[in-house]
Amino acid sequence: MKRTQFMLTRVLQGLVAILLIATVNFMLVRAAPGDPVSVLAGEAGASDPQFVAQLRAQFGLDQPLSTQLATYVGKVVQLDLGYSYRQQQPVLKLIMDRLPATLLLTGTAFALSLLFGITLGALSARRAGTWVDSGITVVALLFYATPLYWLALMAVLVFTVQLEWLPGFGLMTVGSGATGFALVLDVARHLVLPALTLALFYMAVYARMTRAAMLEVAQMDFVKTARAKGVRPGRILRAHVLRNALLPVVTLAGIQAGGMIGGAVLTETVFAWPGIGRLMFDALLQRDYSLLLGAFLVTAAMAVLFNLITDLVYTLVDPRIELT
Amino acid sequence: MKRRNLIQMGAAATAGLTLAGVPLHLLAAGRKGGVINAVVQPEPPGLMLGITQNGPTQMISGNIYEGLLRYDEKITPLPSLATSWTVNKEGTLYTFKLKPGVTWHDGKPFTSADVVFSADVFLRKTHARLRANLAAVESIKAIDPLTVEFKLKYPFGPFIGIFEVGSMPMIPKHIYDGTDFATNPANATPIGTGPFKFKEWVKGSYIQLVANDKYHVKDVPLVESVYFHVIPDAASRAAAFESGKVDLVPGGAVEYFDVLRLSKLPGVAVTTKGWEFFAPHSWLWLNNRKAPMDNVKFRQAVMFAIDREAMAKIAWQGFAKPATGPFNSNIKFYSTDVAKYPRNIETAKKLLAESGYKGETLRLLPLPYGETWSRQAEILKQNLAQAGIKVEMTATDVAGWNQRLNDWDYDLAFTYVYQYGDPALGVARNYTTANIAKGSPFNNVEGYSNPKVDELFDSGARETDPEKRKAIYLQAQKILLDEVPVAWMLELNFPTLYRSKLSNIISSGIGLNDSLGTASVA
Repeated sequence: MKRTQFMLTRVLQGLVAILLIATVNFMLVRAAPGDPVSVLAGEAGASDPQFVAQLRAQFGLDQPLSTQLATYVGKVVQLDLGYSYRQQQPVLKLIMDRLPATLLLTGTAFALSLLFGITLGALSARRAGTWVDSGITVVALLFYATPLYWLALMAVLVFTVQLEWLPGFGLMTVGSGATGFALVLDVARHLVLPALTLALFYMAVYARMTRAAMLEVAQMDFVKTARAKGVRPGRILRAHVLRNALLPVVTLAGIQAGGMIGGAVLTETVFAWPGIGRLMFDALLQRDYSLLLGAFLVTAAMAVLFNLITDLVYTLVDPRIELT
Repeated sequence: MKRRNLIQMGAAATAGLTLAGVPLHLLAAGRKGGVINAVVQPEPPGLMLGITQNGPTQMISGNIYEGLLRYDEKITPLPSLATSWTVNKEGTLYTFKLKPGVTWHDGKPFTSADVVFSADVFLRKTHARLRANLAAVESIKAIDPLTVEFKLKYPFGPFIGIFEVGSMPMIPKHIYDGTDFATNPANATPIGTGPFKFKEWVKGSYIQLVANDKYHVKDVPLVESVYFHVIPDAASRAAAFESGKVDLVPGGAVEYFDVLRLSKLPGVAVTTKGWEFFAPHSWLWLNNRKAPMDNVKFRQAVMFAIDREAMAKIAWQGFAKPATGPFNSNIKFYSTDVAKYPRNIETAKKLLAESGYKGETLRLLPLPYGETWSRQAEILKQNLAQAGIKVEMTATDVAGWNQRLNDWDYDLAFTYVYQYGDPALGVARNYTTANIAKGSPFNNVEGYSNPKVDELFDSGARETDPEKRKAIYLQAQKILLDEVPVAWMLELNFPTLYRSKLSNIISSGIGLNDSLGTASVA
C-alpha cells in the first residue's frame, strides 16, 4: 500500500518535472544565436529574402515566441514530439531509429563498468596496502584522469589502424549482407572498442568508491561481531562488508544509468556510432529545434525514471531504508 | 559568328565518349564492377538536389541528378542532357536540343516538359541562386519534346554557364507537378536521370547508390555501387582512410596536416583538381559602415599587414595560394594588372597612422570550420598586432557565425565564397549596392557602395562579347583593389584524397560534385 502510494506520488512529481524541463529547454534553445533557417541558408551558399521567409513560414518560426511555446507544450502533453524539417522526418521516428544503437552501447558499458569496477574495488580493499591494491589504484586513477576523447582516438589508432584487430567505425560492416549469428558477431566486434572506452571512466570511479566504502565498513562493530562469531572471511566480505558498501555505488550507478541516452556523445562521435548522442549534437549545431527538444525530453524522462529506480534499488540493498 | 561555331563543336564530342583518348567501351571491358567507399561530411540534411544545395548533398546527388550541361576545368560547356545548343546574334535566345532516349530512374522518359518544369516552376521556387541567375529570363518554352528555348529580356553574358547539375538540376515533372515540393514524400527517394540510383540511407551511418543499368551513356557507370560513409570526427575520418575503410575523402573532410601525412602513404594519391568552377576564395569582411573600417587607408593597411604566404604554407599546408584581389584566378576575366599588396608592415603602419586609428580593440569573427581556419585566424591576429591593430576573437559556432553576418554584427570576419566560373555569377553579389541586404552571409555583407562599380558589374553582365567584358571587368578589379572593400586572403585548393586503385574520380570542373560515372576501381 505504502509502496503504491509512493510510486504514484513520484510518477506524478516526475511528470511535472518533465513538463517544466520541456519549457525551460524551449527557452534555453531559443537563447542560442541563429536559427535553423539561417543555418540552412548558410549551407546553401546563397540565399535571398524570399528563400528565408519561405523556410521560416514552413518551420513555424514566423509565429510569436509565446505562440510557439504554447504549441510545443500542447504537443508534448499529447506525446507528439513534432517534425524535424531539416531531416524531413518525425522526431519520434528519428529518436527511435537511433535508440537501439545507443542503448546497446551505453548498456554494455554500464554492465562492464559495474562488473569490473566492483570486482576490482573489492579486490583492492581485500588486499589493501599490497602491490595489487597499488596497481589497481594507479590504473583506476589513470583511466579516471584520461580524457575520454583521447582514449577513444588512441584505441582506434592502436587496435584498428596499427594492429588491425578490431573495427573502429560504425555499428556493423556496411554492405557485408551478414545475417543471423554472423551479424551478431559483426556487431559485437564493432562494439568492443566504443563500449570499453566508455566503460573505463565509470569503472575507475566504481573501483575507487567500492574500495573506500569497504574499508570503512570493515572497521564497523557488526563486522567485528561476525568475525568473533567465526564466520568465514569470504562470507564476511561478500555478505557483510560488500553489501553494506554498495550504497554509494548504487547512487552513482543511478546517475550513470540516467545519462545512458545522452551521455555518449564523444564516444559516438569518434567511433561513428549511429546513436542519439550524435543526433543531439548535430541537432544542436544545426539549430534543429524540434529534434533537439525531443532528444532533451527523452533524456530528461530517462533521468527521472532512473532516479525512481535507484530509490527502489536502495531498499533492496539495504532493507532498513524506507520509502517515503 | 565564330563563337557560335565553337559552341556547336562541343556537341560533336558526344559522338564518341573517350577518356584521355581511350574509348570508353574499351576502358570498360576490363574494369567494370567494384565498389567505391567515400566519406561524406557532414551528413546531408536531404538528397533532393532541387531543395537542398549544401556541399554534401551536391557531392552525393550529383550522381543521381544531371544538368543540361557540364563544364570542363576551363569552364567550357560540355554536352550532358542537352546535346547541342545555339544562340541568336543578340544573345537573347538560347535553343537547346535534348538527348533522345533518356529515361528517369523510374522508367519514364525525360523530355522538354521536364526542363521547363524544373527551371521555370520548381527551381524558381526553391533555389535562391538559380532564381538570381534567371532574372534575365523572360520565358522558357518547350518547342517540341526534345527542344527547349530560353528567351531573355536582355543579353546576359554568363548565361551559358548556369546549366551545371548543382545550379540547375533536372527534376522529374511527373513526380512533383502540383505537389508541395518541400514536403513531397518522394524527396526521401530521389529520382533523377544520372548514372547512379538511390538505394538506401541508414541515417547516421551511410548512404548507398547503385549503378543505373539503363543509363543513357553506354558502359557508364563503371562501378556497381558507391557508399558514402558518415564519420563525424575529423581525426576518425583520417584513421578510417588510413585503415582502408574508405578510399575517397573529399576536400575539407580531414585536416590539411593529415592530408599531407596520408598522401605519403603507399598507394595513396591526392589531387586539387575539380574545384575550378567553384573557385573557393577566402577573405576578411571589413564592416565598411563602422569606424575605423570606413576609412580606405585603414582597409589598405589591413591588406598590407596580412602574411598570405605564411597562411598558405602553415595553416593550409600548401593547399592554398595568396589571392590577388576580388577575382579568383580560375574564373573568367581575372587580371593581375591591378594594385598589389605584398606584405609590408612599415607601409601598413604608415597608412594606419594616416587613417586616424586610435588603437581601439576590434572584434574578429573566425570561421568555425575546424583547426585549419583557427590557425589562419591566429596568424591574422598576429599579423594585425604587428601592424598595431588590436583584435579579440569572438568564439562562435556555425549558426552563430551566420547570424552575426546576417545582422552585420561584426568588425572583421572570416569567410570563403564560391565564385561559379563567372564574375557576374559569383563576384558581383559581394560588391554591388543592390546586394546590400540583411539576412544573407553571402551578399554585400561589408556594405560597400560605389555607383561606378555598380555600373561596371551591370554592363559586364549584360555584355556578351568576351573582349568587351574583359575590359569592363579589368576596370572593376582596378577600382576594387584601390578601395579595398574587403581584405582578400587566399585562393583555396581543396585536396581530394584517394587510394590510387581508383581512377577518373574527377571528370569535370565541378570535381566530386559531378558524377562518379566514369570512375573505376582497379
